[in-house]
Amino acid sequence: MSVTAVTAGPKRGWRSISTWIGALIVGVAAICAVFAPLLVPHDPFAQDLGRRLLVPFWMEGSNPDYILGTDQLGRDYLSRLIWGCRISMLIGVTVTIVSALIGITLGVLGGFLGGRVDDAVLFAITTRLSIPVVLVALAVVGLLGSSVTLLVLTLGLLLWDRFAVVARSTTMQVRNLDFVAAAWCAGCSRFRILSHEVLPNIASHLVVVATLEIALAILLEATLSFLGLGVPPPLPSWGLMIAEAKDYMFFSPWVIVIPGVALFVLVLGVNLLGDGLRDLFGARTDP
Amino acid sequence: MLQFLVRRLIVAVLVAATVMTLAFILTRLSGDLAISIAGPNATQADVEAVRKAYGLDQPLVTQFFNWVGNALSGDLGDSYFFKARVSTLIAERMPVTLTLGLTGLVIALVVSLPLGILAAVRENTGFDRAVQLVTLLGQAMPSFWLGLLLMITFGLQLGWLPISGTGSWEHYVMPGIVLAFSAIPALTRLTRAGMIQAMGSDYIRTARAKGLSRASILLKHALRNAAIPVVAIAAVQLGFMLGGSIVIEQVFALHGVGFLAWESIGKNDFPVVQAVVLVLAVIYVALTMLADLMNAVLDPRLRGP
Repeated sequence: MSVTAVTAGPKRGWRSISTWIGALIVGVAAICAVFAPLLVPHDPFAQDLGRRLLVPFWMEGSNPDYILGTDQLGRDYLSRLIWGCRISMLIGVTVTIVSALIGITLGVLGGFLGGRVDDAVLFAITTRLSIPVVLVALAVVGLLGSSVTLLVLTLGLLLWDRFAVVARSTTMQVRNLDFVAAAWCAGCSRFRILSHEVLPNIASHLVVVATLEIALAILLEATLSFLGLGVPPPLPSWGLMIAEAKDYMFFSPWVIVIPGVALFVLVLGVNLLGDGLRDLFGARTDP
Repeated sequence: MLQFLVRRLIVAVLVAATVMTLAFILTRLSGDLAISIAGPNATQADVEAVRKAYGLDQPLVTQFFNWVGNALSGDLGDSYFFKARVSTLIAERMPVTLTLGLTGLVIALVVSLPLGILAAVRENTGFDRAVQLVTLLGQAMPSFWLGLLLMITFGLQLGWLPISGTGSWEHYVMPGIVLAFSAIPALTRLTRAGMIQAMGSDYIRTARAKGLSRASILLKHALRNAAIPVVAIAAVQLGFMLGGSIVIEQVFALHGVGFLAWESIGKNDFPVVQAVVLVLAVIYVALTMLADLMNAVLDPRLRGP
C-alpha cells in the first residue's frame, strides 16, 4: 500500500542521468571499499623515504609504478586513496546505521503515539540541533582518544536529527490513513501496526534520508580527521591525508588536490543518488 | 502572540538547561580529570593537589550545581591553561567569530537570493538546472579543502589575499567565502522553492491581471512571501555557521572562539570546552527564537489569535 509519485516533465531526463552518475560513483566506491586489499597496487602503509613525494602521472618525471605519486613518507598515493575509500564508506555506513536506529525509533514513537511522548521527542530534536556537532565530536574524541569505534558512536549519537524529523512527520501522515484504521479495527496490536503498516510505508523516505546522512557522515569524518581528532594515523583517511600533506601543498598542490577530489566526488555521488531516489519515491526530506 | 512568545521562551530555557547538563557530562567522560590536568609526570601528591585546587574532590553533583550556579551569574570558571577567566577569553575571541559568521551569512545571502529567484523565474530551463547543479556541488564541497585551495590560488599564486591571521578585513574574505559555501545550497533551494510556490498562487495571478509590471510582481508580491522561510532559515544557518566556524578558524588561523575551543580540547582545558559548547548552544537557541519572531512579524497569519 505504498504510494509513489514520479515527477513528470522535462526535469526527468536530466534527473535520471544525474542519478545514474551518482549510482556509478557510489558503485565504484563500494567496490573499492569491499575489495580494497585486492585492488591496492602497493602496501598503503609501507614507507620508503627514498621515494618521497613522487609526482602523479600527468606531471613530468612521474614513475609509472606510482600512478598518483607518493606522499611525504613515500607511501603509494593510489593505494592510500583506495584504502581511504574503504574507511570513508565504512564510517559513512556505520554512522548512518547508528543514527538511523536512534532517529527512527524516536521519530516513529513521537509521530505514532503523539501527546507527551511527541513533546519529548520534539524537545530532544530541538536540543540536538542546538548542539554544535563538530565541536562536541572533537571534544569527545579529544578527551577519550581517537579510535574508529568511538568516532562512529559519537557521530551516530549526533546525526540522528533528520531521521527523527522525517520519521515523525511521515508517521503522522500514515497514522491517519484508512488502512491503519482498518488494521486497528481488525484488532492488530500496536507493535504489529508499527512494524507491518507504518514502517513499510515510511521506508522509502528513510532510505533517502539515509543516503544524505551517509554523505554528511563521510564529510564530517574527513573534517574531524583533518583536524587531527578523527581516524588515528597511520590509517589513510582522506581528511587525514589532506592534513598530513598540508605542509607540502604550496610546492606540490596535487598532494591535497587528489584526496580532496576523491572526497568531493564521493560525497557528490552519494548526494546525486539520494536526490534521484527522492524524486523517484516522491519523498520529502526537508527538516 | 504573547502566549506564543512565552512558550518559545520556556522551551529555550529548557533546551539551554539540557545542553548545560550534557556539556558537564561531556567533559567528565574522560574519567579522572585531575590526572589528565596534572600531566603524565605528576606524582600522586601533585594529582591530589590539582584535585583540591580545582574542586574536583567534591561529589559530581556538587560540582555540577556549583557550575550551573556560577554560570547563571555569568561566571563560567577559570581556564586551566590560559590562567584567565573563561568569560573573558570567550568575550575576547567572540568578535572574530561573529565577524566571520556575519561575513559568511552576507555572502551566502548575496549569492543565494538572486540565484534562487532567477532559477524559480526560469523554472526547468538550463539556468535552473545549472543552479541546482551548483547547489549540489556546494553541498559536496569539504569546507577545509576549499579553504586550502583558495589559499593556494588567491593567497600564494595570485597574491591577492592574506593567507592567515586577523589583521584587516581582507583576512575575512576567504574564510567568509568558505563559510558561505555551507549555507548557499540550503538557502538557494529554499528561495527557489518559495518563489515557485508564490508565483503559482492566486494573488500573483490577481497582480498579473491588474497589469502590474513583472519586476513589481516578482519583488513586491512574490519575494515578500518567499522570503519568510528564507529569513528564518538564514538566522538558523548563522547559528550552524558559528558552530561550524571551528574548522575554518583552524584552517585560516583566525583566533576566534572556535580556535579557542580547538586549542582547549588539545590541552584538556575542560572549563573552556564546556563553556564554548554552552555559549554556542545559547546563541543558536536565541537565533532560532529570533527566526520565529521574524516569521511572526513578516507573516501575520502566524501571530495567532
